[in-house]
Amino acid sequence: MASLKQLATQKEKFMGGHRACAGCAATIAARMVLMAAEQPVVVGAATGCLEVVSTIYPYSAWNVPYVHNAFENVAATMSGVEAAYRALKKKGMIKKDLRFIAFGGDGGTYDIGLQSLSGMIERRHRVLYVCYNNEAYMNTGIQRSSATPRGAHTTTSPAGTEIPGKIQLRKNLTEIVIAHEPAYAAQTTIGYWNDLVTKVRKALEADGPSFINIYSPCRLGWAYVPEKTIKVSKLAVETCIWPLYEYENGKYRITVKPKEKKPITEFLNLQGRFGHLFKWHDDVPIKEYQAEVDMIWERLLKRSAE
Amino acid sequence: MIVARTGNEAMAEAMRQINPDVVAAYPITPATEVVQLFSTFVHDGTVSTQFVPAESEHSAISACVGASSAGARVMTSTSSQGLALMHEILFIAAGLRLPIVICLVNRSLSSPINIHCDHSDSLASRDSGWIQIFTENTQEAYDTTLMAVKIAEKALLPAMVTTDGFIISHGMERVELVGDAEVPKFLGERKAKTSLLDVDNPITLGALDLQDYFFEHKRSEIDAMNHVLPIIDEVQKEFGKKFGRNYNTVDEYKMDDAEVAILAMGSTGGTGKVAVDRLREQGKKVGLIRCRVYRPFPKGAMLKAVSKVKVLGIMDRADTMSTLGGHLYNECRSILYDSEERPIMKNYIYGLGGRDISIEEIEDIYAELFNIQKSGEVDKEIVYYGVRGE
Ligand SMILES: Cc1ncc(C[n+]2csc(CCOP(=O)(O)OP(=O)(O)O)c2C)c(N)n1
Ligand code: SF4
Ligand SMILES: [Mg+2]
Repeated sequence: MASLKQLATQKEKFMGGHRACAGCAATIAARMVLMAAEQPVVVGAATGCLEVVSTIYPYSAWNVPYVHNAFENVAATMSGVEAAYRALKKKGMIKKDLRFIAFGGDGGTYDIGLQSLSGMIERRHRVLYVCYNNEAYMNTGIQRSSATPRGAHTTTSPAGTEIPGKIQLRKNLTEIVIAHEPAYAAQTTIGYWNDLVTKVRKALEADGPSFINIYSPCRLGWAYVPEKTIKVSKLAVETCIWPLYEYENGKYRITVKPKEKKPITEFLNLQGRFGHLFKWHDDVPIKEYQAEVDMIWERLLKRSAE
Repeated sequence: MIVARTGNEAMAEAMRQINPDVVAAYPITPATEVVQLFSTFVHDGTVSTQFVPAESEHSAISACVGASSAGARVMTSTSSQGLALMHEILFIAAGLRLPIVICLVNRSLSSPINIHCDHSDSLASRDSGWIQIFTENTQEAYDTTLMAVKIAEKALLPAMVTTDGFIISHGMERVELVGDAEVPKFLGERKAKTSLLDVDNPITLGALDLQDYFFEHKRSEIDAMNHVLPIIDEVQKEFGKKFGRNYNTVDEYKMDDAEVAILAMGSTGGTGKVAVDRLREQGKKVGLIRCRVYRPFPKGAMLKAVSKVKVLGIMDRADTMSTLGGHLYNECRSILYDSEERPIMKNYIYGLGGRDISIEEIEDIYAELFNIQKSGEVDKEIVYYGVRGE
């Protein structure tokens, strides 16, 4: 187990001074992931908020080797970096033991980059893929993604007078990844630093492809005040909207079990993106979202009990 | 060693001898064999390459970008739709100044779907910042693949070497191979200035680059292109000295006293040379110019060649869809703008979707060029040769 004191003494690998919004969880996630890494790492990022806020020539927040290629291909890009590492290590040109981390947003991972991610895992590249999931395309101005939940307002699933936000439910990407049988897969969120750090360390130890889906509240797209980021992150876990669990060697384990499962409305009513649902003439969207959360949670309880 | 090889086999053979650190690729007709043969080398242990059998060409070239950024020597192979799928990343590879080499087999782009040769695929990526070399035959494809690695690494730009689909890729020819031990001696190791794997000296690659610096960076990439032709000349000379086969950026055939000539790219250069020989036997003063290096455009050598003749038939195996004719036609007209004397030019768009072009047809084109010389006039500047209803 890591201690905060010990983590705090490390040299920063993801520096301050970048241009993320105050309270941005994506950048908190990047900093925590790199803090957790005990080995030297090489990082790749997909196009998206994290990439855009962390570099602008001649500045970079990355104090580790970093590459950005395009939007949909960070998994393939890091597959190549890892392949080069194997080749050059075999030749004796690289001596150190390195680790590889790919960062992609939900758009770059659930949607446009899904194929690239699938290929990377299937080919068994030893890369940790981190999806910082803020449930929409934030960089381009808050458009829906397949990670956007039922009912949420985005600029392409607006809260209209006929249709109240997104019609569809979320895609369960973590389960799609698990179906690939990676060496390690997990869900976590920045509000539980110890859970996050432990999972990153496990993922980097795992001898094969690993995946962590980090729930990363976006104060701008989710429309809440910046100081609530940690609270929103924790509420996602307490309502079971974002269960914290891991998958390894065919086994599921819930890593944080909420003492009491709160209704999702406690999470929803903190955020402007769901505000219209509370004024809507029926409670169908909220009920459908709650039913999805319940179904996935129940299934997870069963799977982790096996 | 003299062997019989198809274009694909010869390119794969060159890749085996190069023994790149990383190959990431995806199969597509008519380039599939290159990837297949290379997989055999990997599984038989005749190369030590890390092979990434990607799930798409987009991922293949993306992995190439990652691997090359890590300092590895990297190659891939594709064709047509595969190259089109790579399009986005081609520009990134060039912008990041990564010396990746693609063995490209020319095939027409859909639609209509077709698997045979024209140059629409490679020419659609002519503005991507890649060095592009079109080869005429199997021997040249093999030799140029070896040279391309050196050229790309010296220029710090990616390069594609093309063969014509089926015509060269599947045509068996006599090929003289360089000895296995000679290739690493000729190429040396890649010495990347920076590498993602150098964790003690971390670099940021692919940073956001807005109004403040983007233009300077693009300008330096464009300037890198300005330095490519001398590098190609130097590598071709070195190759010629070591292995006895000499190449130029623009290939001139029997041009010294030629009055009319054809300008073409790829395998049509070979067919055309046979037509030239036949016509020369009849005492006709004909010659052939082949554009071997297409990007960067070899302006000096091309001007020298085309200025020799009175009438020039420019054969393009793709159309620019601008209603202004083909690529070579437009570029030649452009470089000749400042010349006091320039040949009369006629554009023959031919062979789309793999339609064959025969020696007789090329002889027929030469006959037409002589008529133009006589009359001093071109009735129609752009023709679609061999199309029903033209
Ligand atoms: C091929 C391509 N299509 C679209 C875009 C435009 N684009 C850039 S970032 C982005 C959305 C990113 O969303 P996500 O991955 O969720 O990251 P976030 O910005 O939310 O952190 C889009 C649509 C692009 N850069 N490339
Ligand atoms: S828009 Fe959201 S994800 Fe993007 S920088 Fe701001 S808080 Fe972070
Ligand atoms: Mg997002």
